[in-house]
Amino acid sequence: MKLTLRVWRQKNSNTQGKLEDHQLDDVSPDSSFLEMIDDLNEKLTNEGNEPIAFDHDCREGICGMCSLVVNGVAHGQDRELIKAVTICQLHMRNFKGGETIVLEPWRAEGFPLLKDLIVDRGAFDRIIQAGGFISVGTGSAPDANALPIPKKNADISMDAAACIGCGACVAACPNASAMLFTSAKMGSLNHLPQGQTERYQRVVNMVTQMDNEGFGACTNMAECEAACPKEISLDFIAQMNRDLITATLKGIGPTV
Amino acid sequence: MVGISHFPNTTIGKKVIMALTGLIWIGFVAGHMFGNLKIFMGEEHFNHYAHGLRTLGEPLLAYGQALWIARIVVIVALVAHIWSAISLTLLNKQARSSGYVQHRKLNANAAQMTMIYGGIALVLFILFHLMHFTLGAVVHPSFDPDNPYYNVVIGFQSYGYILVVVYLVALIALALHLYHGMWSVFQTLGLNNKTYTDALRILAWLVAIFIPLGFALVPLSVVFGIIGLEG
Ligand code: SF4
Ligand code: FES
Repeated sequence: MKLTLRVWRQKNSNTQGKLEDHQLDDVSPDSSFLEMIDDLNEKLTNEGNEPIAFDHDCREGICGMCSLVVNGVAHGQDRELIKAVTICQLHMRNFKGGETIVLEPWRAEGFPLLKDLIVDRGAFDRIIQAGGFISVGTGSAPDANALPIPKKNADISMDAAACIGCGACVAACPNASAMLFTSAKMGSLNHLPQGQTERYQRVVNMVTQMDNEGFGACTNMAECEAACPKEISLDFIAQMNRDLITATLKGIGPTV
Repeated sequence: MVGISHFPNTTIGKKVIMALTGLIWIGFVAGHMFGNLKIFMGEEHFNHYAHGLRTLGEPLLAYGQALWIARIVVIVALVAHIWSAISLTLLNKQARSSGYVQHRKLNANAAQMTMIYGGIALVLFILFHLMHFTLGAVVHPSFDPDNPYYNVVIGFQSYGYILVVVYLVALIALALHLYHGMWSVFQTLGLNNKTYTDALRILAWLVAIFIPLGFALVPLSVVFGIIGLEG
């Protein structure tokens, strides 16, 4: 099928970016979205032009590297047809021939643009460094069944741990808020016994780091939840809010 | 800086201030609406109620003191609410200084998108409303400080019912603001979870429907002659 790809091109963070049109004449409906860009890049390279820079790695929806806003929606998700996928898992059969597809990078102060469609998501690493871990004495691993965990808690924790850190929540949020990511990254630990010791220090530190990175504040619109490829629930944000209130009443301040 | 003093610096801290002060206002408008409905019990009852607000708490409190305490609470709450709204809005604008060429919302509804504008409209309405019924002098044709019932009826009948339209528009803004506001209170204070979210959604709907509806009954009843001046 024939397609027009309207892509954001920007040399680096210091230059102005703009949208650039590319005509594609022979796109296979069976190819994945990223393969479609690969084909275009091959063509651009053969013609001696600069290929389009975009992030990707596993191409099977688990690493969280791919990050494209497609026609104004993070990961190109349209709620009726396509839900809970990353852009690398989207196929060209979901698009109509003759369509114009607009590709933009994640846009947020917390994610400075590096080139074309690639942004720097180091802010997420720093949020995790601020508290997304547990401290344990090393030694031989304890028996898995030595520490009883209620099934319900294990399930909630697992739901939160499904977050792949892609940043679609930030990209989709009208306020570029990182609360869904941050709450998921602490939610997986805070529901387990191993996470209790540092629970309240963790929430204060991670929220403080999140704020320092320049992300916005949640206005409870649930745009993140709708865009998240791993269907992380807004309930984790509620939990984070509750834990931060508790931590505040305990008089815990940030140590980051 | 530890604990509480650090709290307002965090985005969530500002949101909690917004939620708590909003909750004070939800309580206030609910009480206000309930009091207004006493107008259906007749002139004497209504005026007695209005006077009763001033003698509330006697003999512990002097004349008008309870009312002023309530006024100070809602004014402080409103100022804090506006402060958090402005600082969060600026922060959120800053968080995405260069926007998308194309951006489609998947979930957002009208109530969510208009919080700040509805809020501004409501503040303007409150100022107008105070001039209309509390101070009386400015937009009220013949204000009688000792007869609230008379003030309400004449206040809505005057200017060819144009003020009724103003009130009804303000109530629509209130309904939208209350719907997202009430639900946001639950979310921000962390009361939502798998078990309660659906019930809390319904509660937010009820608040958003019944409070504005209760308010609307009074001007509409004046328009349709259900409430009027006797003789
Ligand atoms: S919460 Fe969802 S959208 Fe946000 S980073 Fe994690 S997986 Fe991606
Ligand atoms: S490339 Fe790994 S999730 Fe898309």
